Amino acid sequence: MTTADAATGGTDTRRPWWRRVFGKHPIGYLFAGPYVLFWLALFAWPLYLAVYMSFRDWFFAAPGAVVDRPFVGLANYTDVLSDPAVHRAALNVAIFILINVPLTVIVSLVLAAALNQVLPLRGFFRTAYYVPYVTASVAMIAVWLFLFSNGGMVNQVLGPLAPDPSWLVNRYWAMPMIALFATWKQLGFYVLLYLAAMQGISETLYEAAEVDGAGPLRKFWSVTVPGVRSATALVVVLATIVGANFFTEPYLLTGGGGPNGASVSPVLLMYRAGIEQGDAGWAAALGVMLAVVVMALSAVNRFFLEDRE
Amino acid sequence: MRTRTARLVAVTAVTALALTACSVGGGGEEPGDGDTGAADDTGAATGGSETAGGGGGGGSTGPIDIWYSNNPEEIEWAEQVIEAWNGDNPDQEVSAQELPAGDSSEEVIRAAITAGNAPCLVYNTAPAAVPSFQEQQGLVALSEFEDGASFVEERVGDLAAQYASTDGDFYQIPWKANPVMLLYNKALFEQAGLDPEDPPLGTYDEFLETSRTLVENSDAEAAIYPSPSAEFFQPWFDYYPWFAAESGGDQLVVDGEPQVATEASVAVGEVWRTIYDEGLAPREAAQGDSFADGISAMNSAGPWAVAVYADLDWGVVPPPTSSGTDESWTFSDAKSVGLYTACENRQTAWDFAKFSMSEDNDRLLLETTGQLPLRTGVTEIYADWFEENPDYQPFADQLERIVEVPVVPSSIEVWQTFRDAWSSSVIFGEEDVQPAFEQANTAIGDLIAEG
Repeated sequence: MTTADAATGGTDTRRPWWRRVFGKHPIGYLFAGPYVLFWLALFAWPLYLAVYMSFRDWFFAAPGAVVDRPFVGLANYTDVLSDPAVHRAALNVAIFILINVPLTVIVSLVLAAALNQVLPLRGFFRTAYYVPYVTASVAMIAVWLFLFSNGGMVNQVLGPLAPDPSWLVNRYWAMPMIALFATWKQLGFYVLLYLAAMQGISETLYEAAEVDGAGPLRKFWSVTVPGVRSATALVVVLATIVGANFFTEPYLLTGGGGPNGASVSPVLLMYRAGIEQGDAGWAAALGVMLAVVVMALSAVNRFFLEDRE
Repeated sequence: MRTRTARLVAVTAVTALALTACSVGGGGEEPGDGDTGAADDTGAATGGSETAGGGGGGGSTGPIDIWYSNNPEEIEWAEQVIEAWNGDNPDQEVSAQELPAGDSSEEVIRAAITAGNAPCLVYNTAPAAVPSFQEQQGLVALSEFEDGASFVEERVGDLAAQYASTDGDFYQIPWKANPVMLLYNKALFEQAGLDPEDPPLGTYDEFLETSRTLVENSDAEAAIYPSPSAEFFQPWFDYYPWFAAESGGDQLVVDGEPQVATEASVAVGEVWRTIYDEGLAPREAAQGDSFADGISAMNSAGPWAVAVYADLDWGVVPPPTSSGTDESWTFSDAKSVGLYTACENRQTAWDFAKFSMSEDNDRLLLETTGQLPLRTGVTEIYADWFEENPDYQPFADQLERIVEVPVVPSSIEVWQTFRDAWSSSVIFGEEDVQPAFEQANTAIGDLIAEG
């Protein structure tokens, strides 16, 4: 221990208790407090409840009701893991993520780079890409149904080349269509993230690259892409989380996970079991497993993609 | 720095504990409440201690609140009934609101039961949801009232048994019915060269032949266009009316035994499989109302359709059967009134429910909504009205032969299990009907046995 440390230790005991707990700037805790409470009430507590429910034969009951919710150990987890619908949903999540995440990163990065240039109508295009993101999913799905239904505009254009059965009731096309819809819908948000990140890349790097003879593509690949690496990590993590939790699309776009369960998702199964059928224990077990998988995927993504300087 | 972090964690933990304590004090949904037995709960909430089957004597009187459906006709009916009641009972005022918006009314009601803020009465309680609301201890057993069971039995006669729960008690008051029948577009039938006044739709063979003719020779793209989506309630508008007809009035579950694999049920599955395989019904959800738009020539609907399709020239027949019958059965598509345990003034709620189903208020329901009161003798009691409104007469006549969804445990899961088998074998033809129905029958039997 240095002399300075010893001195600090000595003064620490003479400080008032609140100073010892909250440090020199207690007002910081005041600012953080509301969010901590929000987080505890709406994230930590429900997560704890979900884990608790997943080990019981749980259903929702009226306040004060005398009901039996026995401890069932891992029964809910084994039921979930042996359910063919869950296997299909897990496969669908994998398909969704495999299409959605790379496509989101590539398209939003390219669009952001284009919109970062001084282009005519730049403001219009920035707004146009953002509109689907801020528009209600229900309205956007109505547009897609109009485009991709059997007699829709896309099939009219494709004529004999249109798939049979049509896109949204075709068991091979239903999931890719959902992934494409989600990519298109979320694109504006990710473009915005990349645009913000691009403002942080020093202009001198582009000038230096030009001096070295780099063309537009080389500058994009060697300056822009590494310069937005942190944003890419964020985009990948967020797209993965959103992808694993998709619900509205199979619920509305493919008529409840159709055709015949080909686009069912884990969250749709949770909704059916927990909300519609009252089997909240089973739904909670699936939710807990989904949360663990998403956290693991996010951790892997961060490990490979984040800057570690 | 490490010391401060530890302190911060300690403060956060204390806050979390405080939050937990607040939350646990708020109701019976938290860990520890449900499983530790009655000791924690008996005194927790008056509403809870007087829940289903308990109490006796009916409860107190005073102001109550109710929820009703959000369609304009039912709102008009409810407003008139409430105005009449409140005028005569100023000390037992009824406040009302439309059912809060949600994906389905069952979802909203279930959430309200859990939160403890369900109203006293909900008009439009689906009979299929009653077992799960009952399991939640959200519904009051009508045996709590002296005339609870007798009111239901007098109101619907022999049908009452279909609304009783497995414990023999009633947890719903049958209110109205919309018998599902087969509507057809006369103009499209005429265009296809079919007799619009006496269409050949009595047997499966006739139905299939008529459907083929319609798709080939009229502007209709589909003969019939039920929703092919996977929701648990969709069978009520394709399978169940036809099953009721084919089986001569059986419910999906008879004496605890599922009927999914019976000859009648499989016959219905096979004929619908043919309908889908031949493209007479699309496998994709319709955009808008396919019957109103002339895209499909037929539609499964109840008497509400009279007003909705006022601009169309349509006819109506009962669901077909394999060999044809003059007395076909169908699904009731009935809605009940539920009395919820969160209600403090239950006697008022019960009295108001009976008042709202009086002969006069049932007439008002008929006049304002076109929906049929679920009571015996409708065609005789309101004969003058049906004479003035003959379009409703076939639906009213059908009231004598209607079937309700079975009031069994896990009712929603039962229907979802069936729908999954139907989607797989009938709509998308990925497996044969017979084995798919047999598998569903076993799964449904297990669900019912588990309770």
